[in-house]
Amino acid sequence: MSQSLMKAGSLEVDRKVEAALDFGRAWDYAPAPEATDHVKIEPRYGLFIGGRWVSPRSGKYFPTISPSTEQVLAEVAEANAQDVDDAVKAAREAYEKYWSKLRPADRAKYIFRIARAIQEKSRELAIVESMDGGKPIKESRDVDIPLAAAHFFYHAGWADKLDYAFQGRKVRPLGVAGQIIPWNFPLLMAAWKIAPALACGNTVVLKPAETTPLTALMLAKIIEEAELPPGVVNIVTGAGETGAAVANHPDVNKVAFTGSTEVGKRIQRALAGTTKRLTLELGGKAANIVFADAPLDQAVEGIVNGIYFNQGHVCCAGSRLLVEESVHDIVVRKLRDRMQTLRLGDPLDKNTDVGAINSKMQLEKIRELVAAGEAEGAERFSAPVKIPEKGFWFPPTFFTGASQSCRIAREEIFGPVLTVMTFRTPEEAIEKANNTMYGLSAGIWTDKGAKIFHLATKLKAGVIWGNTYNKFDPSSPFGGYKESGFGREGGRQGLAAYLEVE
Amino acid sequence: MAEKKVRTETATADALPRSAETALLKPWDTQKPRVSVAKAYKMFVNGAFVRSESGRYFQVKGQKEKDDAVVVDVDPDPETVNIPRGSRKDVRDAVLAAKNALGGWQKRTAFNRSQILYRLAEVMESRKAELVQSLVRSGVPDVAAVREVEASIDRAVFYAGFADKYFSLLASQNPVAGPHFTFSIPEPMGVIGVVAPERPSLLGLVSTVLPVVTGGNTCVALASTTDPRTAILWSECIATSDMPGGVVNVLTGFPKELCPPLAKHREVIGIDAWLVDADLRKAIETDGADNVKRVKTHVPMDIEAWLDERKGQGLGWIERFLETKTVWHPVGV
Repeated sequence: MSQSLMKAGSLEVDRKVEAALDFGRAWDYAPAPEATDHVKIEPRYGLFIGGRWVSPRSGKYFPTISPSTEQVLAEVAEANAQDVDDAVKAAREAYEKYWSKLRPADRAKYIFRIARAIQEKSRELAIVESMDGGKPIKESRDVDIPLAAAHFFYHAGWADKLDYAFQGRKVRPLGVAGQIIPWNFPLLMAAWKIAPALACGNTVVLKPAETTPLTALMLAKIIEEAELPPGVVNIVTGAGETGAAVANHPDVNKVAFTGSTEVGKRIQRALAGTTKRLTLELGGKAANIVFADAPLDQAVEGIVNGIYFNQGHVCCAGSRLLVEESVHDIVVRKLRDRMQTLRLGDPLDKNTDVGAINSKMQLEKIRELVAAGEAEGAERFSAPVKIPEKGFWFPPTFFTGASQSCRIAREEIFGPVLTVMTFRTPEEAIEKANNTMYGLSAGIWTDKGAKIFHLATKLKAGVIWGNTYNKFDPSSPFGGYKESGFGREGGRQGLAAYLEVE
Repeated sequence: MAEKKVRTETATADALPRSAETALLKPWDTQKPRVSVAKAYKMFVNGAFVRSESGRYFQVKGQKEKDDAVVVDVDPDPETVNIPRGSRKDVRDAVLAAKNALGGWQKRTAFNRSQILYRLAEVMESRKAELVQSLVRSGVPDVAAVREVEASIDRAVFYAGFADKYFSLLASQNPVAGPHFTFSIPEPMGVIGVVAPERPSLLGLVSTVLPVVTGGNTCVALASTTDPRTAILWSECIATSDMPGGVVNVLTGFPKELCPPLAKHREVIGIDAWLVDADLRKAIETDGADNVKRVKTHVPMDIEAWLDERKGQGLGWIERFLETKTVWHPVGV
């Protein structure tokens, strides 16, 4: 930490010299924190199994903290293998007794209810999301929560239209889905997993991430209040062991996992020799390619959004910036200038651009990789932000002069750290962009439509953003190539993950 | 060296004690009208027919016409034929060929791929008698052999017609809530490893390889060990069908030996394996996780299912080795 503070401190001085525009104190906003007095967080949460809130058989609870204040927000139950077994049994019984017998049109209505309730509770959900996960309120308010509601709303409509989705082929649900989700978009990932599973007629056991369980538990409350048949959705909280119990349970028909490539491979191996279906949404190291003919100011906005959105805790983050050599200096200059204006701090403040790093563990990982970048000789720039005393923080940072073999150019950092590299020809850009084991996403910035289409077909990635970045929609399939996983979420194509299609 | 050793052992094993009653020479048919030219069977890699780099071989016995058969035996091969026993290095060479063929195969228009697959059906039809004969020789009854070959040809026609249609069935324009033009298209995954079922040795291979290449992938297929000869014969059909070299590569050998290097190879992105051996299926799935391969393993279907037009072919067969790529662009002035 001291090292990064020093670095940031010295850059504070540089700022006056280097910034093209000196705003003086014009960017010092008065605090505008979101009120939290109306938010209901229970002191202690049980597990949501079979429609009831139950205490864990382990008898153990763990605290979930706010990464921006390090204060304990609530205690959450730690589900052990027995608890997971209860949840899977409940899901199986609910599948056989209720969910598979329900008219598809009625199934749809239950899912619509969930969507509506998320919209009604959106303010509360957004605040809790920012408290528990550290992301800026403007992101949880404008992206996470509305998209979560949209996912339920979109998939609800599919429930009675599945025969149209795969014309000429018969479909049927898989049964019980075991789902394990990460901490970067806690409620949104729960929606991505639960909504299509339910719409396709499956029942669910979901394990939220241990650092961000609260909004998933609030979603359980919403599901309870929407009066879904008991056991259709079960939420078991816990860490890696709980997740392993979900994936390895013999009566689970499908495993859906979003998280690191390392854990994804472990799950894939664990499922070998079983008949369980699997979809994986894993890591990324996306190339964001900027051509000299791009609208550069717009591109800089896209670069900032691509890597600093959600503190870079985004699997599809544009973490490798490939700039055409002739505009490298201009782009880097503009990027530096733009980064002067980024505000890091209280996630609940409506002016905050960059929130807290999700956990101490993640902060350490980011620091380790940044140190590796420095050791390997890349030149570091960090935005001149003031780091709050409490909590986990990392200033928006980029490296220039890195080679393709550097760790910061190859490994997923999952933090607000960008690696800038250059290219001369479109072929070189394609070559460099594809030179990774990952293949989740990519960005292309150019004024030439033909160039976008050419690159879009050559880049080995599941989502390509042309002159934009980090856009998501429930109607739009999302998922990776290569070691970024397999299967899609969203759109008609995403339904296949939860159906047996003949 | 290995070859010599095996021969010596066999000779010793078959050795008979000599007695006064034994003729010095084995019986010999002097009525043979012509000495036939026997074919050296080779694997099909990068559009060429090659022996195993290892120099190893295994043997398959053919069912020759029975003594009382009236039909003239048109099979030029001796009863025992040598088949290359592929090695780990052969797998690597084939994967490299398949990888290098990817770009060219993907670049062809769907219409062109369609025509090449149709050309394959034409060549298979013209060599129908030969394919039937090869199956019969491997032990398939005459009627069943004819049925299998005809179904295989029809399957090639089926996929030929699908090459320029699956795209519009699987692609979509997505009505996103915002000023963006967003569409999703199917794309080939890359190099796919195919482990064909032991039986049906021809229809099984045709039914697994063709959907993979119809989708724009290239493949390395491991042929049936029971009847590798028919697979090689089919490779000759491919070789004369305008299919670019390296798009389909056919290896012969033992699954236990060749599956692990195929499953572990990092340039192979998907595997379609039809194996009875549950342990081997599991091993492929485990090894495949090293690079998050899309591994599909199956317990082989019975012959009726392979012949069935609902069960043995379809859009789903193409779809399982396609990726979905989603492209976004803002709309506005």
